[in-house]
Amino acid sequence: MSDEVNIEVNGVPMKARKGQMVIQVTDANDVYVPRFCYHEKLPIAANCRMCLVEVEKAPKPMPACATPVAEGMKVFTKSPKAIAAQRAVMEFLLINHPLDCPICDQGGECELQDLAMGFGRDISRYSERKRVVKDKNLGPLVSTDMTRCIHCTRCVRFTQDVQGFQELGTVGRGEMTEIGTFIEKSVDHELSANIIDLCPVGALNNKPYRYRARAWEMTQHPLISPHDAVGTNIYAHVLRGRVMRIVPRANEDVNETWIADRDRFSYQGIYSEDRQLKPSIRENGVLQETDWETALQKVAEKLGRIAKQHGGGQIGAIASPNSTLEELFLLSRIARGLGSANLDHRLRRTDFRDDASDPLFPSLGVSIKELEAQNSVLVVGSNLRKEVPLLAHRIRKAALKGGKVSFINAQRYDYLFPVAGYLTSNGIGSLDHLVAVAAAAINASGKTAPASIASLVGQAQPNDTHKAIAQQLSEGERRLILLGAIAQRDPAFADLRLVASALAEVTGATLGYLPEGGNAVGAHLVGFLPGRTVGGQAVASPGLNVADMFAAKLKAYIVFGAIEPKLDVAAENVSAALEGAEFVVALSPYSTAAQFADVVLPIGTFAETAGTYVNLEGRWQSVPGAAAPVGESRPGWKVLRVLANLLDLPGFEYTAADQITADIRKVIEEAGAFTAKAATRTLQAKSAGAPVVRDVPIYQVDAMVRRSSALQNTREGRETVRGQNA
Amino acid sequence: MSGRQDPGSNDGGKSAPELDEIDTGNVAHDAPEGYKGVLSEHARHEIDHWLTKFPPDRRRSAVIAALRAVQHDIGGYLTKEAMDAVAEYIGLPPIQVYEVATFYSMFETKPVGRHSISVCTNISCMLCGGEEMLSHVEKRLGIKVGESTPDGRFFLKREEECLAACNNAPMMMVDHVYYENLTPEKIDEILDRHK
Repeated sequence: MSDEVNIEVNGVPMKARKGQMVIQVTDANDVYVPRFCYHEKLPIAANCRMCLVEVEKAPKPMPACATPVAEGMKVFTKSPKAIAAQRAVMEFLLINHPLDCPICDQGGECELQDLAMGFGRDISRYSERKRVVKDKNLGPLVSTDMTRCIHCTRCVRFTQDVQGFQELGTVGRGEMTEIGTFIEKSVDHELSANIIDLCPVGALNNKPYRYRARAWEMTQHPLISPHDAVGTNIYAHVLRGRVMRIVPRANEDVNETWIADRDRFSYQGIYSEDRQLKPSIRENGVLQETDWETALQKVAEKLGRIAKQHGGGQIGAIASPNSTLEELFLLSRIARGLGSANLDHRLRRTDFRDDASDPLFPSLGVSIKELEAQNSVLVVGSNLRKEVPLLAHRIRKAALKGGKVSFINAQRYDYLFPVAGYLTSNGIGSLDHLVAVAAAAINASGKTAPASIASLVGQAQPNDTHKAIAQQLSEGERRLILLGAIAQRDPAFADLRLVASALAEVTGATLGYLPEGGNAVGAHLVGFLPGRTVGGQAVASPGLNVADMFAAKLKAYIVFGAIEPKLDVAAENVSAALEGAEFVVALSPYSTAAQFADVVLPIGTFAETAGTYVNLEGRWQSVPGAAAPVGESRPGWKVLRVLANLLDLPGFEYTAADQITADIRKVIEEAGAFTAKAATRTLQAKSAGAPVVRDVPIYQVDAMVRRSSALQNTREGRETVRGQNA
Repeated sequence: MSGRQDPGSNDGGKSAPELDEIDTGNVAHDAPEGYKGVLSEHARHEIDHWLTKFPPDRRRSAVIAALRAVQHDIGGYLTKEAMDAVAEYIGLPPIQVYEVATFYSMFETKPVGRHSISVCTNISCMLCGGEEMLSHVEKRLGIKVGESTPDGRFFLKREEECLAACNNAPMMMVDHVYYENLTPEKIDEILDRHK
């Protein structure tokens, strides 16, 4: 019994799978059928009727999006009957659509406009009154012109089926039908702005972008969003060197056709008012603007002298995990060239006890696509939806397919899918819950507990939830344990990891990580770590990690990227250490670096520099720069290259970013295979039991996001600010 | 509230603070079991009854019956609180209840008088004097079709369709109860009965 069906479209034989709709077959074979409401990622509604086609023996034209294929079916997409039906639908759709294309942001990239060119009449036969619909306020991200709406309900289906909580609906009836929320309400989901791209007309548009540019004036540049480790593919639309908006770049393996609101609106941070426009040097306690040459000379001279007088060990370098691979590579080589191994990018980490048992890089363990097919997932310490919105979407799909998703967290977060088990720190900490799950798994399997956790497991008293989760992790083909950012920030992270790996070992589940920052994986690969160099090779004499660097009060610090110590670094004494240091150089896009630095070198943000990002699957994605650097800022890798030249360090003769990338690939290859070190690990004292929440709100994760006024005006953004003021 | 903005303004979020204190309608933000203050025991009983008529995973099917019960219960029209309560009680996003409430003409989502009167003026009733009956009601209540009496007692609903009682035309419906073979005297008597 074959699942294959043979159909004929416009006389051409085509193969289809049973249950496919006609439009899916025509799309796969590049036969064009016009449509508004059909979208491959959304459930079928068949309410626009634009895709009507002729089917042999059918008395009426059939909607291609809702007509399943049948053996021997003959479809005609361009027959007189089909064209007549499509033209008639078009005429009805245009009856109430305003003729305001010249002032509509969608003009030039509008599906209705395009199809009206193909199927519309030159002259309207409609002379009655057109309908006018009041605009809705859906919040700071999405603008509305509801008179333009053609009721395709893509946005409604998106909120219902992709977000998982219906926020928009069709209110009213007949000619009075409106898309909206009925009550005055913003759309709040972290993926909500995707309705902008879904809307085939100009009814839902990008609010901050409103009236800023026309689609045909801008050039399109591929970029990678740096705010989480997903490596979301985006396009920047650029007008005269300035990013006007961000739209998704479809990549089925990474972000499908979606992007998170954080990826879409963070670009406002590029044009924040506090961009550092020129290099500055502190003179007599006051930061004064200067030229690049003076500033770089000063940095080279100071760093060189400190390295000579006090040794390279007195220099510490921290970098934002959102930096490009090239930047991290060059900075690590400069630091090592100066004789320092004090390198770290794990800014919010507090527990470094088991650094040696780090894998080559913190990997998801499976591909992003495979997340959808997991039979069971246990997420430990993660506000999943806010940390990695697009992975939460994949895991939601797994849960809807019957996968069992459970959470161990200090507090309960809302998930818009069935959650199999939820363990919050109800008097006992996440570690105790994890130990109890491990104990349940060990008891059930009849294996003996690994020595490192044997004592703890012996004391644990698993309850039914623990047992159920342990059972889920032992059944099915694909099982995953994920350590999220909250777990990685936990003061008992080493213990959490120890127990999690024991649990993975006992159950046979994969252990994965949700690293923080767009390029944390890249930072591991190039060895931006105190104990490792390129390719994970151990260094002979390890340097200081980020916490020790500030505890040790070094003579000099290099702070790379948009780091605001109070908000981005978890270590204690950061301000005191920076203040007490003899010399601090900040390479930052923002002038807030002036608060702690003696020299500020303005560097470009992710959109202003070419670079490579490695996502949590280990996927390398290189993109050229998209926008002109603001002010006199320069791409970070160029600044580092010149600095290295001034320091007389060899091997920095790069003229383009891709030369560095090629070099990185080469040195990683030469470094040889990474062998996991079986670190001797012992548990610290049993965790105190107090729930530790180190959640960073979604629109506070990095300096750029914090500068996006649109994101800060969302419900989420405003609640954060309100919480901080309280 | 305007969706249009000054083209020169870069601040897409300017209008957002207006939303500040408005209920989100999100399940996550609403107090649990908020329906208890809104739905009477009778209404809940009625909804429970309708829920038993559908499979457990098709609770949404009971929305129409639930809204009808609640509308009668709370005085002739559906408030936002009432619709939210129904949504919470059945377990739906509130928007799905709003969609139903605004779609069907039997539901009122704006304040109206507590007794709803529909006088049929479709063809059979029209031939038998339905329009005269309607003007009698209008004269007696001092309101036009689509209006409510100032004392909040009656709402004279615009009825678009035949109410399917042609055999006993002319007819009218008061609070969804049929009154047939109408005469002006009969109408007076019926209206007097509704306080």
